Amino acid sequence: MVGWIYLCGVSSIIFVFSIFFFVFREGAPFLRDRFDFKEFFFSPEWYPNSDLNKRYGALALILGTASVTLFAMLIAVPFGLGAAIFISEFCAGKFKEALKITIEILAAIPSVVWGFIGLMVMSPLIIWATGAPVGLNVLNGGIVVALMSLPVIVSISEDALKAVPDTFREAALALGATRWQVIYKVLLPAAKNGLLAAALLGVGRAVGETMAVYMTTGHSVNIPFDSRFPLFHPLQSVRTLTATIAAELGEAPHLHPDPSGNYPPEAHHYQVLFVIGILLFAITFAINLTADLVVKGIRRKG
Amino acid sequence: MEPFSNAYSLETKGLNLWYGDFQALRDISARIRGGIITGLIGPSGCGKTTFLRCFNRINERYGNVSTSGEIRVLGKNIYEPDVCLQELRKSVGMVFQRPNPLPLSVYENVVFGLRIHSPWGSLPKAELDAAVEEALREVFLWDGLKDRLDTPATALQLEQQQKLCIARLLPLKPRVILMDEPCSALDAEGTKAIEDLMDSLRGRYTMLIVTHNMAQARRVTEECIYMLNGVLVEHASTEDLFLYPKDERTEAYIQGRYG
Ligand SMILES: Nc1ncnc2c1ncn2[C@@H]1O[C@H](COP(=O)(O)OP(=O)(O)OP(=O)(O)O)[C@@H](O)[C@H]1O
Ligand SMILES: [Mg+2]
Repeated sequence: MVGWIYLCGVSSIIFVFSIFFFVFREGAPFLRDRFDFKEFFFSPEWYPNSDLNKRYGALALILGTASVTLFAMLIAVPFGLGAAIFISEFCAGKFKEALKITIEILAAIPSVVWGFIGLMVMSPLIIWATGAPVGLNVLNGGIVVALMSLPVIVSISEDALKAVPDTFREAALALGATRWQVIYKVLLPAAKNGLLAAALLGVGRAVGETMAVYMTTGHSVNIPFDSRFPLFHPLQSVRTLTATIAAELGEAPHLHPDPSGNYPPEAHHYQVLFVIGILLFAITFAINLTADLVVKGIRRKG
Repeated sequence: MEPFSNAYSLETKGLNLWYGDFQALRDISARIRGGIITGLIGPSGCGKTTFLRCFNRINERYGNVSTSGEIRVLGKNIYEPDVCLQELRKSVGMVFQRPNPLPLSVYENVVFGLRIHSPWGSLPKAELDAAVEEALREVFLWDGLKDRLDTPATALQLEQQQKLCIARLLPLKPRVILMDEPCSALDAEGTKAIEDLMDSLRGRYTMLIVTHNMAQARRVTEECIYMLNGVLVEHASTEDLFLYPKDERTEAYIQGRYG
């Protein structure tokens, strides 16, 4: 019996390591034979299928992910923080419970449904409002991903605010602070680690999101900015790292090496997708680890 | 500091308070004189804290509280529509049972009140520095802390924290200070230090102190109020209340028969 429980407990560790091992094993031949750091990170030329000149520059894909994530967070962080403050400081009783449940339901909506909404509802709206030729772009993906990462941001932020001892609120109120002063002079500073962790987990969610992004960003390999929009151009169609894997893995041939261990060039497409997987793994791992450390930081102090 | 213009700093007339449908205060009429220390004693759960928290209306934080009757602070009815809660709380300071300095530096704790009551950036640094020194001197913390004003207040010893909680009221020049068992989290030495501090503030502020400690009530207060089950049983000079209680319930309590 104890053995079973033990197995359940450590299974997550086993899974993480097996997944990492598998992804790494599939990507390793590319890293060994073909990987060029400069090309992968700094070239926007993604032509893994070209017959004559295969190129594996992931810059456009990285920027696609970055722009969608950044845009989503510009919306979701302030909005999520506002919602958390509202729930934790301005609501009580049934209404509060209702709101929290609604936000959990938001988290339970399947990714593909969000993609569907982006495709069928937001896209025409964007075309109508901005006059852009296509409605599938950073703006669309960013809004959809913002809504998708909202629940985690709200619930972690709300936990962080709830963890601030009530005596702090009372101390400030008794000195004559207004509600708003209590919030920005006491609560936000006291909860800042938790709020930062919430934002980071939101970023992690946005970076890893696949299906909805695949459906809403227009799926064209594009550097999403120009001289007029140095940060990013919200009306550009892009392709993210995740969407690339989802779209291309099915068509990339999974080839085996010849007896001397060398792979044909056509095998690299499949492999490079796993290298992208490793990159995503590394990004989300770093984000989660940071968030974790940040949260532990509060525990140690408080 | 100007003398107290009203003989009574705090007055209630027919004050009732309910938490939901539980009545915690029943028809309390009290008049608390200005410039002296009044003690509030009674067994656990009799409503001392509740009564104290009426005077800065901080009870209203809980959604289920309703009150009736009249409360006057410095002659002004605090339920009148033109009363500004922030201003009321500026003139009625409160010290809590557990020291609750804000998670800020010592310095920022002391100037917190000034900052929230002044438009942003309107306070010259020199003025804040002076206020910090004056307040910390008043509570006998200056010599010990003047070189560590930027340490987090939550890292101080409990006694220092409680003194700091008193110090942070002073820059706002309150007339009334409410204290809810200010020594209950402290050891004997800390208790003595806070009592000395109350003594040194005597006369300049109207102080209303909840205490469970009979000896403390006798040491520091001039008048005492005895409460039982939400009712004000007796209000007299400390000496009279302890030596010649008029009500037999008071007598029973001070002789230690219950509570
Ligand atoms: N927020 C609240 N909601 C409901 N009931 C409350 C609340 N606060 C206090 N009460 C009740 O009101 C009564 C008076 O409480 P109060 O805290 O004022 O007593 P107290 O005299 O200060 O007691 P103690 O000496 O233990 O501090 C108690 O019966 C208590 O259970
Ligand atoms: Mg109490």
